[in-house]
Amino acid sequence: MNAEIARLYETLKLVVGFIYPNEIELHWNLLIVIYPYITGLVAGAFILASLVKVFKVKEVQATYRLALLTALSFLIVAPLPLVAHLGHPERGFEMFMTPSPSSAMAMFGFVYVWYLMAVLLLEIWFDYRKDFMVLAEQEKGYKRLVYKVLSLFTKDNSPAALSFDKKAVYAITVVGIPSAFLLHGYVGFIFGSIKANPWWSSVLMPIVFLFSAIVSGIALVLLIYMVAVLVRGEEPDMACIDKLASFLFYMMIVDFSLEFLDFVHRIYQSEESIQILGQMISERLFTSLIVIQLILGMIIPLVAIALVKMFKWPAEIRRLSYFIVALLVQFGIFSTRWNVVIGGQLFSKSFRGLTAYKMAVGGVEGLLVSLGFLVLPFVILYVLIRWLPPWEKEHAPSVPNR
Amino acid sequence: MKRDRPGKGLDTSRREFCKTILLGTMSLAVPGSILAATEKKGLSDWYGTKYEPAKHLYAMGIKVDRCIGCGRCVDACKKENNVPDYPFFFRTWVERYIETEDGQTIVDSPNGGKDGFKTLPSDKKVFKTFFVPKICNQCEKPPCVQVCPVGATYRTEDGVVLVDSQYCIGCRYCIQACPYGMRFIRPETKTAEKCTFCYHRIVKGLLPACVEACPTQARVFGDLKSKASPIIQFMRFNKTFVLKPGLNTEPKVYYADIDREVR
Repeated sequence: MNAEIARLYETLKLVVGFIYPNEIELHWNLLIVIYPYITGLVAGAFILASLVKVFKVKEVQATYRLALLTALSFLIVAPLPLVAHLGHPERGFEMFMTPSPSSAMAMFGFVYVWYLMAVLLLEIWFDYRKDFMVLAEQEKGYKRLVYKVLSLFTKDNSPAALSFDKKAVYAITVVGIPSAFLLHGYVGFIFGSIKANPWWSSVLMPIVFLFSAIVSGIALVLLIYMVAVLVRGEEPDMACIDKLASFLFYMMIVDFSLEFLDFVHRIYQSEESIQILGQMISERLFTSLIVIQLILGMIIPLVAIALVKMFKWPAEIRRLSYFIVALLVQFGIFSTRWNVVIGGQLFSKSFRGLTAYKMAVGGVEGLLVSLGFLVLPFVILYVLIRWLPPWEKEHAPSVPNR
Repeated sequence: MKRDRPGKGLDTSRREFCKTILLGTMSLAVPGSILAATEKKGLSDWYGTKYEPAKHLYAMGIKVDRCIGCGRCVDACKKENNVPDYPFFFRTWVERYIETEDGQTIVDSPNGGKDGFKTLPSDKKVFKTFFVPKICNQCEKPPCVQVCPVGATYRTEDGVVLVDSQYCIGCRYCIQACPYGMRFIRPETKTAEKCTFCYHRIVKGLLPACVEACPTQARVFGDLKSKASPIIQFMRFNKTFVLKPGLNTEPKVYYADIDREVR
């Protein structure tokens, strides 16, 4: 008897009530929790970047490139947990070759490639083209060659060409906003369209996913920016940090309202599944849903930002508060993903019982690999920052502190 | 004026233009006619047999009152289809419903009912009890087929939902989409698996293993396109019901004498 079967026997002991016999195995595990978490960060970070270019929020200019690189680092990792989770990863490419038009999942590859190639890489290239040319001049040896390749051997630094770059970045961002919405709204649709599962099946799902994505993306860039400033020993741009915190606050309000609406709607409609879902929340998801997602990840951060803004505390305390808030928000959004993905599988579709999730530590579907997928984007981001410095001192005058 | 000047590509005569269009349109029909020819051939020779899928539409009827919960169907299915013999993988199973005198409903299915139901799960006084065999509903609008990203699961012309294990990528979306919990991942192949109505048997005119093994004829199998089929008689003489009708999956497994508590 292998370890997988042994774990199923262990899970069998934790079943409460009646579940269909095939439901003991929990099919979408930690890897699938990580996938929407990561794509959410991508979409969120990109929306933040678009604040600068499209909505002309000048205060957050300092985080523009950082947000783009963050989005790229996480986007590169996004498909990995999905492929790792497949029973036959070697057949995964069939999703591109023979996609079934009726399947929401089959569109993943195309949405992903569109977002990667037509939005992120293109925007980053146009934004960095001048830098690539400058760096290719400055550097020597293989680095010079790398930058030349990165610039695709373009040499035109005439004002007309540079102004075209700017226009291109603007146009791509305009296309990029709906694309980012598509990328993550689509992930929500994968769950929201499953009519068999009342925990998932909700027309609000894509929108809730989207706003929680924006929340997590802003919080992540805020965290990375504060750490980067600390590591580089620079004076943090408080106007930028304050603005980020404000946007985080607004987005959290929207996210909270949507989730609250979903909650009230379910309770008020009180459909067939309401009893088992209630039992699931109190017996299986209390810590992850009520404590982490709601209290630690939502209410405390909201109150904290509101207090900070109301009492105009000194910069030092504001920074510390924002840092803790952003961390809490990350835990909160991760829990949100957990509660959707794992929660949707803890109750039986007979609505008569609950199963449990026994997480493995080793193996492809275990905790360690998942942690690896969560760390990998930061490694990629480190490399990207090394090669594509996002600090814009030379080109853009920083916005004066207000 | 510029647009009046005849360009190089514009001196095609009307006759030539019509000819090109006609030939072009006709060439479009070539792949179509080849396809039609192959399809016709396929009909008379279905994997080397005389079987014609389009002439059948399979369905199952289940008489709840006849089921005695012996579990022979579950056992027969596991043997016939080589289903892993663990209590987590079933193509069919039997549920026991016990309604107690205090109004509680207790449901269980130990080992899918394969070994029968030897003990009572509760000391409470029994108001009524009955068994419900469950099997893939072979839906006419199968959500599992809808969500499969590569088309590895499909509905055959004769109305059975199958999985191509050589093509399944093991994403498990179909398992999430099935409202009836009918699918599982076979551990050895890591691909999705489900009841096929014993497709290998029915195309030869045999009965599915579970129907063959049932000692009380609680399971009725047949062809909705054949008036002589037992399923037609079943449909005619019973008030029938399908599971979770609100989900609009249009099951092809019909239940007679079912209770409101069954989901």
